[in-house]
Amino acid sequence: MAERTFRDGVKAMAPLIVAVLGFAISFGVLARAAGFGWFAPIVMSATTFAGSAQFAAVSVLGDGGTVAAAVAAALLLNLRYGPIGISVAPWLTGGAWSRFLHAQLVVDESWAIAAEGEGRFNRRVLFGAGLALYVAWVAGTAVGAVLGQALGDPATLGLDAAFAALFLGLLVPIAKDRMHVIAALLGAAIALTLTPFTPAGVPIIAASAACLLGLRKRP
Amino acid sequence: MTEVWLVVALVGVGTVAIKAAGPVLLGGRPLPPRLAGVIDLLAPALFGALIAVQTFGDGQSLVVDERVIGVAVAGLAIWRKAPLIVVVILAAAATAIARAVS
Repeated sequence: MAERTFRDGVKAMAPLIVAVLGFAISFGVLARAAGFGWFAPIVMSATTFAGSAQFAAVSVLGDGGTVAAAVAAALLLNLRYGPIGISVAPWLTGGAWSRFLHAQLVVDESWAIAAEGEGRFNRRVLFGAGLALYVAWVAGTAVGAVLGQALGDPATLGLDAAFAALFLGLLVPIAKDRMHVIAALLGAAIALTLTPFTPAGVPIIAASAACLLGLRKRP
Repeated sequence: MTEVWLVVALVGVGTVAIKAAGPVLLGGRPLPPRLAGVIDLLAPALFGALIAVQTFGDGQSLVVDERVIGVAVAGLAIWRKAPLIVVVILAAAATAIARAVS
């Protein structure tokens, strides 16, 4: 088999583009409903390029949490890009600047498409898939943010429930084994227990302590 | 509004740094397995908390309102393998309808 190229990365991404656009439009609409205006969500998608963390930051700040709580929730979610970045690092040949750029295009989907088995990754495929995803992500956000202006009161439209629905949709595919499910339930329990006693945002950050379950040896 | 831009800037800078850390600084050295195990559980723990607070939280009190119906519909849609955008739209619509009739 010929080595896969940049174009193969773009092609592999194509079937996912509609889903990514939908995800991005949701972000634009919900960020707007949370009081982010139309421009900040677009800038955030262009500079952060990590959907679930962006949703987390918007949801914590929209709920009246502090800047620190919103930033901490987003960055804790993005910590998983530490190990993911390390897994692709040996395959990102080239100068520091090239490695830096490739690293920014690593998200869950482009990482999965660039995987070639046995821990190998194709950096051209990664670049193609990542770039296609990036364009769709920023464009979709812009559509959603502008569209959001035409929509009415977020509560009347049920948009407040859309956040929980979205996080549920993100949780289910990554809850691969029992430990993931237990961590999610423990996180929920910690957050609900603390909600009456702490300022908004704090319960979310505290719930991340549930990840310490990972210290246990896996069976 | 200043808060929004602070969040955008800080999350942006932090994410860029986290993504670059492996390829640019660490150069492919693996993480200790226990640390990797902890990081692996961070996303489920945070998603669980966000779902709970977004469903039942109302400021500092916990309430059961129409959002529960929306999230239940979302669960059903996810179970039926609906795309994420459909899940979100169904949840919002179910909540809006429940609110309109109650």
